[in-house]
Amino acid sequence: MKVGINWGVHMEKIVCECGHENPYGTILCESCGKPLEEERTKSREFLTMRYEGSARRSQTYTRTEIDKIWNFFSSVKIGVTLIVLTFIASAIGTIFPQQMYIPPNADPAQFYEAQYGWPGKLYYLLGFNDLYGSWWFIILIALLGLSIIIASIDRGIPLRRALKNQSVTRHDIFMKRQRLYSTTAVESLDDRMNKAKAALRQKHYKIREQDGNIFAEKGRFSRWGAYVNHVGLIIIMIGAMLRFFPGMYIDENFWVKEGETRFIPGTDHEYYIKNHDFILKLYDKDNERFGKAIMEEAGGVLPKNYQTNVTLYQRVDNGILGSEPELEKVKKAKIQVNHPLTFGDYGVYQVDFQLNAFTKMSFTLNKKSTGKSFGEFTVNLIDPKQVYNLGNGYKVKLLSYFPDFYFNDEGEPATKLPIPNNPAFIFKMITPETPKGETSFIAIRKNIDIKGDNEYKLSFAGVETKDLSALNVHKDKTLWIIIIGGILFMVGVVQGLYWQYRRIWLKRKDGEIWLAGSTNKNWFGLKKDIEKITATAELTEPDDPLEKGKQRKEDTNDDGTTEQ
Amino acid sequence: MTMGQLSSNLLLIAFIIYVVDTIVFAISLTGKKWSKRDEETHSKRWGRLGFTLALIGFLFNAGYFITRWIAEKHVPVSNLFEFTTFFGMMMVFAFLIIYSIYKRNVLGLFTIPVAVIVIAYASVFPSELAPLIPALQSYWLYIHVTTAATGEAILAVSFGAGLIYLIRVVDQSKSSKHTFWLEFVMYSILATIAFVIISWGFRTANYEVAFEWINEKGKQATLTYEMPAIAGPYEGEMITEGAFGPLFPAPSWMNGANAPRKLNTTIWSLFGGLILYGLLRLILRRRLAAVVKPLLKDVKPNLADEISYRAVAIGLPVFALGGLVFAAIWAQQAWTRFWGWDPKEVWALITFLFYVAYLHLRLSRGWHGINSAWLCVIGFVIIMFNLVFVNLVIAGLHSYA
Repeated sequence: MKVGINWGVHMEKIVCECGHENPYGTILCESCGKPLEEERTKSREFLTMRYEGSARRSQTYTRTEIDKIWNFFSSVKIGVTLIVLTFIASAIGTIFPQQMYIPPNADPAQFYEAQYGWPGKLYYLLGFNDLYGSWWFIILIALLGLSIIIASIDRGIPLRRALKNQSVTRHDIFMKRQRLYSTTAVESLDDRMNKAKAALRQKHYKIREQDGNIFAEKGRFSRWGAYVNHVGLIIIMIGAMLRFFPGMYIDENFWVKEGETRFIPGTDHEYYIKNHDFILKLYDKDNERFGKAIMEEAGGVLPKNYQTNVTLYQRVDNGILGSEPELEKVKKAKIQVNHPLTFGDYGVYQVDFQLNAFTKMSFTLNKKSTGKSFGEFTVNLIDPKQVYNLGNGYKVKLLSYFPDFYFNDEGEPATKLPIPNNPAFIFKMITPETPKGETSFIAIRKNIDIKGDNEYKLSFAGVETKDLSALNVHKDKTLWIIIIGGILFMVGVVQGLYWQYRRIWLKRKDGEIWLAGSTNKNWFGLKKDIEKITATAELTEPDDPLEKGKQRKEDTNDDGTTEQ
Repeated sequence: MTMGQLSSNLLLIAFIIYVVDTIVFAISLTGKKWSKRDEETHSKRWGRLGFTLALIGFLFNAGYFITRWIAEKHVPVSNLFEFTTFFGMMMVFAFLIIYSIYKRNVLGLFTIPVAVIVIAYASVFPSELAPLIPALQSYWLYIHVTTAATGEAILAVSFGAGLIYLIRVVDQSKSSKHTFWLEFVMYSILATIAFVIISWGFRTANYEVAFEWINEKGKQATLTYEMPAIAGPYEGEMITEGAFGPLFPAPSWMNGANAPRKLNTTIWSLFGGLILYGLLRLILRRRLAAVVKPLLKDVKPNLADEISYRAVAIGLPVFALGGLVFAAIWAQQAWTRFWGWDPKEVWALITFLFYVAYLHLRLSRGWHGINSAWLCVIGFVIIMFNLVFVNLVIAGLHSYA
């Protein structure tokens, strides 16, 4: 019966004996439920009610390439396979830390091998150090998204049609081949029907009547749960994708020292922030209540609060490059962990700190032979100048600056972090006597005369320390999309899992009342409802053949799914 | 008595009630033979007693929770002791709900002892009242952690029901991969019990051995073991004189807080479990699942299957809400982004995806019965992995305890 036909060709409708026109591929008439294929009418097996016997594209068209791709992605088996692949891949990503969580100065090519040996090296070579950003992981998620979309359309649209078109009076074959079915011979049909109706009302069923027959349903909206939930997931995926468009997403860390005013990165120099004070509070280890835990579990040092007191400014001039910005105060704020400063689309977060960090260092220029000083200068360690003029032809040039100095693997000076933990400098000293300049390398407790024949030297004259605060500026315009997706997702899950679509049909037939019941899940609950109705209206209680172990084989769908 | 002491005492009382309750439920199932009453009245009576005890135990347990909350001035779910205790309490809560629907005593026999083990397990972690570090000072701690733990507890009931199903239906007359893995599950439960016994034993004996080592934050620190060291800290130096071990150092890549100590404890538990299992097998001369099986002869497999599914249907949305949605909202506030591929986040996602796969297989592909039951068991293993292993081995933003 199923003939593969090209996509786009208008297929003939199937007209049921009840007069309803069904789309090509329909298995059970949308209106009366009669099986439309001749051989199916003779079977004694249960009808598969899962998608109402509606015409699903994937089950109807199977010939062209498009059909095959569609069918592939609409399959639950493929969907589950993609889910399983996704969680296996995600698990692999947690074996070793992802690149974003290794120390910022570390070279990943060396880090993984140095830390974890050959498994680490392999991990890095396979690209698992950035697994969640890898092309294949993103493709995997995209395929999962495709599968969700196609599977939902393939089932959801025909299901909607079928549920909308269902009529009150169902075909005899449809009634007989429900899982719950009984007949009762009665004298007064009207009386029994009315009693049943009252009982159904009491159980909050929605009732429709036609020719004295009854169709009662409850919780139809729960059939849409899976689709609402899938739409939510797709919206979340779209939101996550939008992040990669410019202007949608900003996430940057920056350091600001106490007393400093600086622009906030990512805001086009529109916003500036001043750090008034960084506050670190520890819990009192003599605390009566918590003292024991603080001493024993945290070694006496347990932080209570990390806070930066700031003022936020907005630039009000036109922002001509190089000109001193004209700032207007927006607000004062206390930024704490868990309590970011928010303004416009931005959030500024407390992420790190450094107490008593070096912020400025002063040096004097001396003649080696006499020790005579030719002036003093101060290097700002956050934002150093290139040249320091001492007057009378004496000046010092800063050739290289290493805020967090160490010797790298090649034995050359380098910096670990951009913050001045261990500053080191290469200066060129220019004097009237030595116009070509002499170079000198200076670090903490190191003063190396590079060529070995310098006439002048620099002496350490003082240091200024301040607390540094690391803040993060974050903007995420996709957030509201994710929120909508998340809400739909949760609504769909609850809608689909906590309610069921229960249906009960009562039909008059030759002095008998035929009763049939169907639900998409929780047969236990439906049977309790039916028990109540059969008791009130004195009807025969249907046997559940599946419960009593008299396994009648269910009619199986073409894709191997069975009704639950 | 301070509020803190009161709280500890309430927990102890709840714990004792749960232990008694386990025995009551065991009698409700086994005592039918020697009872003079007919079987139905017997199981009804004892079942009602079991339920009442569980309810009273739960009230004491809730009393612990509330008094500790008052004592600490924040919701007590901020370290492993508190979280695990809460998890056990919510398991009893989930049992109370599901028992009131299905009224099956066998549920009590499986859920209450698991809650007992979980609470005993919790009590091994440091339980002093502790204040909150800045990252945890948010009302989202209350919402996120409690919801996630409740979801996990309900999912644990699906594990219980799945296990009942498996023990009930797996053919014990011949050995198969089903019997093998069932025994493996039994062994894992015994290893947890061994962990509790060993920890309490050495603690009661005041055993201690200390090491100097470089901890996971790269700082010089002292690490004190409360049981003999089989696995010592990586490049650690023992400072207790004349103590046993260590036989070998923990691998350097274990980066959780105090990972070497946890590894050492795990080794002890695995060996302890092996000994317990071996002894039981020697005494009983049968597979442990085969010993339990006769207790379950009145259980309808269909019902156990239905309960395990229902527990997932109820538990998964709660878990998704707490473990993913609320988690994302808090992460946005505390860590600037709602999702950052932190190991704990990833494992919450894996747990979620696993149960999603379960639902699709069950609802769309008709996976009922034994397949479905095994999935429920594996799901719980993933939850336990996230609870124990992710904190043990993997350094991440969640390594508080």
